[in-house]
Amino acid sequence: MSEASKPRVGLFATCLVDLMRPVVGFAAVKLLQDAGCTVDVPQSQTCCGQPAYNSGDTADAADIAKAVIETFEGFDYVVAPSGSCAGMIKDHYPQALASEPAWQARADALAAKTFELISFLTDVMDVKSTGAAFDGTVTYHDSCSGLRELGIKEQPRRLLGAVDGLSIAEGNETETCCGFGGLFCIKYPDISEKMVDAKVNDIVATGADTVLAGDLGCLMNIAGRLQRRGLPVKARHAAEVLAGMTAAPAIGEPADNEAGGD
Amino acid sequence: MQSTSPHFKENAKDALADDPLQAALAKLAVGFPVRRLEAAARLPEFEDLRDQARDIKTHVLENLDYYLQAYEKKVTESGGHVHWCRDAEEARNTILEICRKANAKTVTKSKSMISEEIAVNAFLEDNGIEPVETDLGEYIIQLRKEPPSHIIAPAIHLSKEQVAETFRNAHLDLAADRPLIEPRALLEEARAKLREKFLGADVGLTGANMLIAETGTNVLVTNEGNADLTNNLPRVHVVIASIEKIVPTLEDASTILRVLARSATGQDISVYTTFCTGPKRPEDLDGPEEYHVVLLDNGRSDMIGSEFHEMLRCIRCGACLNHCPIYKSVGGHAYGWVYSGPMGAVLIPNLIGMEEAQHLPNASTLCGKCESVCPMRIPLPKMLRKWRERQFKAEIGSSTARWALKSWAWLAKRPRLYRWTMSAGVAVLGQFGGRGRFKSLPLVSGWTSKRDLAAPCGDTFISQYHKGARGDQSGALMRKKVH
Repeated sequence: MSEASKPRVGLFATCLVDLMRPVVGFAAVKLLQDAGCTVDVPQSQTCCGQPAYNSGDTADAADIAKAVIETFEGFDYVVAPSGSCAGMIKDHYPQALASEPAWQARADALAAKTFELISFLTDVMDVKSTGAAFDGTVTYHDSCSGLRELGIKEQPRRLLGAVDGLSIAEGNETETCCGFGGLFCIKYPDISEKMVDAKVNDIVATGADTVLAGDLGCLMNIAGRLQRRGLPVKARHAAEVLAGMTAAPAIGEPADNEAGGD
Repeated sequence: MQSTSPHFKENAKDALADDPLQAALAKLAVGFPVRRLEAAARLPEFEDLRDQARDIKTHVLENLDYYLQAYEKKVTESGGHVHWCRDAEEARNTILEICRKANAKTVTKSKSMISEEIAVNAFLEDNGIEPVETDLGEYIIQLRKEPPSHIIAPAIHLSKEQVAETFRNAHLDLAADRPLIEPRALLEEARAKLREKFLGADVGLTGANMLIAETGTNVLVTNEGNADLTNNLPRVHVVIASIEKIVPTLEDASTILRVLARSATGQDISVYTTFCTGPKRPEDLDGPEEYHVVLLDNGRSDMIGSEFHEMLRCIRCGACLNHCPIYKSVGGHAYGWVYSGPMGAVLIPNLIGMEEAQHLPNASTLCGKCESVCPMRIPLPKMLRKWRERQFKAEIGSSTARWALKSWAWLAKRPRLYRWTMSAGVAVLGQFGGRGRFKSLPLVSGWTSKRDLAAPCGDTFISQYHKGARGDQSGALMRKKVH
């Protein structure tokens, strides 16, 4: 494929990946490039506006949506390593801008070319295997937005199934919310604890040594609870495994732990 | 009913520490949802039926005045009476008046969340009339003086040991040492007690799953048959229903029946489905001599055309409760009023006020499971968000949270300042997060009280990327440099 004919992808890194876990951003870039895309990571991106939107601050949410539209509408595709942020752009920007028809039309156009990373690889770029290897048993948590807003269920399992050495152990409650919910986990920590404990118990019951998901919010919640309870299961974004970038410590694991090599 | 909704947080905390409740909720979690899934799988057209059911209610709500008038006409033609009631007080007084005219001493009751909504039991008692709940679950909670904790399974929060204890305390004429271990024994005892009440009641008060405009009929579904005994045996049958329960035709009612039980309990259809039209006719062997319908608005007409219009499609199946991870964590009483779960979190602020119920729309992760199982495809998460918007505009809720949110949004709208602030922030946090995570951190104690917080990995992704860093040098290595 010549450079000119490659799809031009704007990577929406998401604020959590940008701030907390750069390796997911690099993994996304690698996966997209390997799939035959040219990738740009605009520096003017910040956050998708979901905290404002879900808290009822519609004015700020609309302003942030406009900024994201302006930043990304020149690309062929917008890809985010998060079902939640991609869902925000795809499902909620047109609603957030419903009172301004011109902006809503631009939001609709952006929504049509915005994808969550893994489903973009499978559904748009027709990637069958990323050529990665991973020695271990993983279990997959379906994040709520990815699953129910974008219909992502089988795509990550298909790609992970093609990873050399990896086996998948399914939980009984993979589709149940982990209790993160953005500000919910901070505002209602007791209920959130109950929910993440149920999630963690289900993960442990699979016998997997690593839990994967497509959303860093859920993963930080699950990893944080696993660690608080002293459980040895590691948490990673699925993109890290698919890109073969698992040399970095798992979420919340120390960098200089000599015994911690995966 | 007096609400405890403002104390949702405390209610939730108590519920989480209540072991019998937690055991009951754990059973719920594996019961109804699994059966719903199986029932849906047995019916290939289930998803199409959901669309049809939604469309029926959408059409009714757009023409509600027409169908209500058509319904009233048919009820009157069949010899019944329709009483239009604006609010709870009017409805209570109307019911009392009917009972007084009938010289009622005992009123048997079946199947009505609305009667909880208007707190009619206490009102009848205060006026010297004994109300008797005849649904087993309702009967149990009536004896315990508790409100229902679920719209279709009112006593789901109780263990059978608690029920046995309740019966021992209430049925003092029975041998104190009788065995009450098996659910069957509990059922038999309640049945024997209720039989006397059924036969002695002067008025039967039921709710309605639907009101059919075409025929002036009310539809009742139960699994115990208690509604049939309530509406057939007493001399007077009073139906209390809210205005949105109307459907145009018998055909429409049957469409909705096909999704109702499947969504609720995973049954193809409830054990009893009863259609009542007017009082007993001269040629009928059984049935009430009088038939009254108390049609209650109580805030519903204000919802027509509002952001919460679609909530009026609700058929009270309870699927959203059964599948809600919040409901399954804290149960129905935590919500603090008649309804609970996602449907309650949308409906309660409409009925008792946004300030009173301000926690409810916020106590959700917006996971969307409720919408995915709602037979009427009510966009519950969207409406929870609408309540949050109203609260934000009215400046209801924590001012600290508002300040934090506004600050984040302010920064997010200023990319250069955002980049600079975040790079500085993660560098500082990275310094302190030497073991990869924080056990506690000021300002996010809600998080760190229950879980560790992963530390940032050195510089932000976007800074690293634009400095030319690439994947194999990412994250961990950058953080090592910081140390």
